[in-house]
Amino acid sequence: MNWLLVALVVATASLGDILQTMRMKRHGEIRDFRPGALGRTLAAVLRSWHIPASLGLLAISFFAFVTLLSVAELSFAVPATAAEYVLSTVLARWLLGEQVNWKRWMGAGLVGCGLGLLAL
Amino acid sequence: MIPVALGRKTRVLAAIVILANVFGNFFLSLGLRHSGAGPIVSPHGYLAALANPWVSLGVTILILWMLARLALLSWADLSYVLPITSLGYVLTAMLGRLFLGEQIPAARWAGIALITAGVFLVSRTAIRTAGDRR
Repeated sequence: MNWLLVALVVATASLGDILQTMRMKRHGEIRDFRPGALGRTLAAVLRSWHIPASLGLLAISFFAFVTLLSVAELSFAVPATAAEYVLSTVLARWLLGEQVNWKRWMGAGLVGCGLGLLAL
Repeated sequence: MIPVALGRKTRVLAAIVILANVFGNFFLSLGLRHSGAGPIVSPHGYLAALANPWVSLGVTILILWMLARLALLSWADLSYVLPITSLGYVLTAMLGRLFLGEQIPAARWAGIALITAGVFLVSRTAIRTAGDRR
């Protein structure tokens, strides 16, 4: 059950992050940090389905993490959710077109090996 | 060159980000153990857990963590914020060992070390590799 919960925490958080990144990249870099301008940016990005959907996914991720903490040790639960680095790297390559170099793949691989040790 | 005042502000906020994440998760875990409710799977279970003062404290600290991280990211590179975040995995395990009585086998310590190294390596890559998509 613990690894199922880890999978739910990680999958929803990764998808939420990807949707947020997708929408914010389409918006472009924020250069005006005045409250009015930030408010207009927020209103603009909230009108698309990406941001509300990502907030829903991140909420599911948080509640699943609370459930995970209710059944698993802290020293297992927190490092196990680092699987998000592996999934996010793969999704960022496929869905966002990010260039993933060998160093980033190797980092994700090390996280994967670490997760393998947690599973022992 | 980073101005001295900004360097100090960055270090202080970075410390707050790390400690808020570690202690937020710690108090959440502590509260869930104290409530003794077992696995939480229903909305009522979440509400009941929030009634525990340790859980509420943990959630409050995690909200502060998110705000502090956003503030730090407004001027610091993601490649600076990510490696310091990975320190949290080690500190969390140490708190679990010291204050929650968790028995951490050697394989788990090795796993935490590999995860920390992996996150650190990812953080040493370029921040931006894809253009804006309009």
